[in-house]
Amino acid sequence: MTVTVLLFASYADALGASSVELPLPASGTVRDVVSALARLPGGERLPPAPLVAVNQVYASYDGLVGAGDEVAVIPPVAGG
Amino acid sequence: MRTAIVERPLEPAALLREVASHGSGATVLFVGTVREVNDGRAVSGIDYSAYTGMAARELDAIAGEAAERFGTPYVVVEHRLGTLGLGEASVAIAVSHPRRAPAMDAARFVIEELKRRVPIWKREHYADGTREWVDPTAGAAPGVVPAGR
Repeated sequence: MTVTVLLFASYADALGASSVELPLPASGTVRDVVSALARLPGGERLPPAPLVAVNQVYASYDGLVGAGDEVAVIPPVAGG
Repeated sequence: MRTAIVERPLEPAALLREVASHGSGATVLFVGTVREVNDGRAVSGIDYSAYTGMAARELDAIAGEAAERFGTPYVVVEHRLGTLGLGEASVAIAVSHPRRAPAMDAARFVIEELKRRVPIWKREHYADGTREWVDPTAGAAPGVVPAGR
């Protein structure tokens, strides 16, 4: 399956896109998403274990990612 | 209780009116503004951007937690996005409560949780013409899921 991963701020700059499409195995996990991202051009500029949100909730790396899930990689937040 | 992510100037006085209640003996207003120096560098402005859907959800959750924890429904929070100049307000938090201590504690809780959890980013513009994303975790362990999540 393919998942769309949203990128923001410094991570969007690193990969040169605000979203990317990643191929993922059927029972893929958040960890698989992070590994696949790191292999993309510019992916080496991401930290080794960035925060990830699935369907707008912070997710653990063992969490499953399904088709249609909204996946986002979250740079260090700096609101306020 | 109300929260919003907006792309217009904030009006803190309007938030004060919104939390006004005859049952409240204390009203606290926190306003965060763009500061001219950060980490020793001269700042001329800040671009704020967000993962807007999630930011709205997290901000709403935080206001709800504050209302529950400190015992008042009068919690209003607005965060602005876009390019802000020096002195402009990026965030405003208004809380009213029968008593002063929980009113202050609730406002403090909201701003600290907002800075920890809400997916908003800032890119500072410096007087020398350069721009950089601000990373409050620089020097800390990367990628740690915020405590309590």
